[in-house]
Amino acid sequence: MKALTWHGKHDVRCESVDDPEILNPRDAIIRITSTAICGSDLHLYDGYVPAMKSGDVLGHEPMGEVVEVGPRSTLKVGQRVVIPFTISCGRCYHCRKQQYSGCENGNPADKQDIGREAYGQPMVAAFGYSHLTGGYSGGQAEYLRVPFSDVGPLVIPDDSLDDDKVLFLSDILPTGWMAAENAAIEPGDIVAVWGCGPVGLFAVQSAFLMGAERVIAIDHFPARLELARGFGAETVNYEQTKVYEALMDMTGGIGPDACIDAVGLEAHGAFADNIWDQVKVSTFLGTDRGHVIRQVILACRKGGRVSMPGVYGGFLDKFPIGALMQKGLTVRTGQTHVQKYLRPLYELVAEGKIDTTFLISHYGSLEDGPELYRKWHDEQDVYTKIVLKPGLEPQLAA
Amino acid sequence: MPDSDELVRDDAPITSSKTIKPDAALSAEAVTIGRPAQELYDFWREPANLAAFMENIESIEPVDDRRSRWTVKAPAGTTVSWESIITDERPGEAIAWQSAEGADVDHKGKVEFLDAGARGTVVRAVIAYQPPAGTVGKVIAKIFQREPRIQSRRDLRRFKQLMETGEIATGARNRRIRDEREEDQ
Repeated sequence: MKALTWHGKHDVRCESVDDPEILNPRDAIIRITSTAICGSDLHLYDGYVPAMKSGDVLGHEPMGEVVEVGPRSTLKVGQRVVIPFTISCGRCYHCRKQQYSGCENGNPADKQDIGREAYGQPMVAAFGYSHLTGGYSGGQAEYLRVPFSDVGPLVIPDDSLDDDKVLFLSDILPTGWMAAENAAIEPGDIVAVWGCGPVGLFAVQSAFLMGAERVIAIDHFPARLELARGFGAETVNYEQTKVYEALMDMTGGIGPDACIDAVGLEAHGAFADNIWDQVKVSTFLGTDRGHVIRQVILACRKGGRVSMPGVYGGFLDKFPIGALMQKGLTVRTGQTHVQKYLRPLYELVAEGKIDTTFLISHYGSLEDGPELYRKWHDEQDVYTKIVLKPGLEPQLAA
Repeated sequence: MPDSDELVRDDAPITSSKTIKPDAALSAEAVTIGRPAQELYDFWREPANLAAFMENIESIEPVDDRRSRWTVKAPAGTTVSWESIITDERPGEAIAWQSAEGADVDHKGKVEFLDAGARGTVVRAVIAYQPPAGTVGKVIAKIFQREPRIQSRRDLRRFKQLMETGEIATGARNRRIRDEREEDQ
């Protein structure tokens, strides 16, 4: 089959690899019909994520049609399914609490040691996201092996909902929703969202649905800010504006009730602390750039809530722990418990209360993948979301 | 200040004591498994079941009700074999074993199945392992290249996966890749 494979920093290829097979009783094989490139794929593309191996198949936002099932799968051949990005068993202590991204049963035992060393606990398994999360082949391919297919995939019964309407249930829509849920929004709240990528935009949308009175969206890409404005958010462009000062003014000196960091470890911006972080990252003295989370903690109101859907991987210094304590902030974060949100969010999509199709700016074939990765990385103002459709005629000149 | 040996011991397991070096041959690992203790005990007590989740096992053959012969894969297609004897068992609660006298892999261990209420069962394995000496010892050390703590942690994790999900996780895409990864271990 054709698949997008990782070969190092800024080196993604469309290659022929051997097909997936059913290996465990609960497995299913999916023929991919749509598969998105995620913002977090850029962390792989930029070489920030350790334990990648040359030839690893990328992708963790897929959907498709069931073509083969193991004896304990509950899926049926021919069903349309959206696949959550984490591989969660549904049976363990964490899954039974609906904390699916805490599941350890999908990550092979020998892959768990490194997470245990780095984080004190093993990491959840995920598609196409390094050998830290199990070394699973990802969904930017023609076919995908899906473990625990009786628990994870959501069957889409309604053919009138095309792929573009439901694809983002796999990751970014639940991630934006959980980001807003983690911000514990109360009616009348002012919510600030750093980052207007897909997750940030869905967090803006979710915050309003949860009763926020005002949402302030922060980014530096005009087109992305325009999308946020379209949902009713006020916008702050950090290239024109001092963010902290603006937020203090716009909230009457109190600060936002809830702050959402939808950026994570690769924060852009030429700020003094960020430049120092970049120096250290490039010399391996640190791993994460932390400008956004520092600003979030300083701007948030006393007794406010900080939600952190943005991905961090390692260490950060100059972390304002004093401000965190003295202001009495609550921080909630984590990889998304996709399986918990799939059904209720599907209902909102089916009822037309959430429409995610506005986000898609470009389509491509798998053959277009390497070039689209480059554009996704270099032209974020224009490329707001890319959806690959295996079998589509290549869109870009070779 | 009282002398250190006059200090009252805390409630932590002795295997997490600071006075035991990390590379010492005594290890304890625990996992929580969302199944009843009796079910887990019954599965573990059947020697034929152990190879399903323990790494590098070629075969485990029962000799009689308390003794079994273990054959473990070694480098270059060879194997190492020893006899293991169950020294104590409490149905539904614990199994203790040790290697027969003269075994190349001199060890003893105990696995406990502790009822943890709604959490299920805490399965705790304590292994005491005498690092081998001599030429045979070098071969064996190669097999047990990881410290016993990591080895038993991985075995317990696989046991948890099998008992909770009915399968053992593999990130491989297909059989060919799975076999390659097993070779690498």
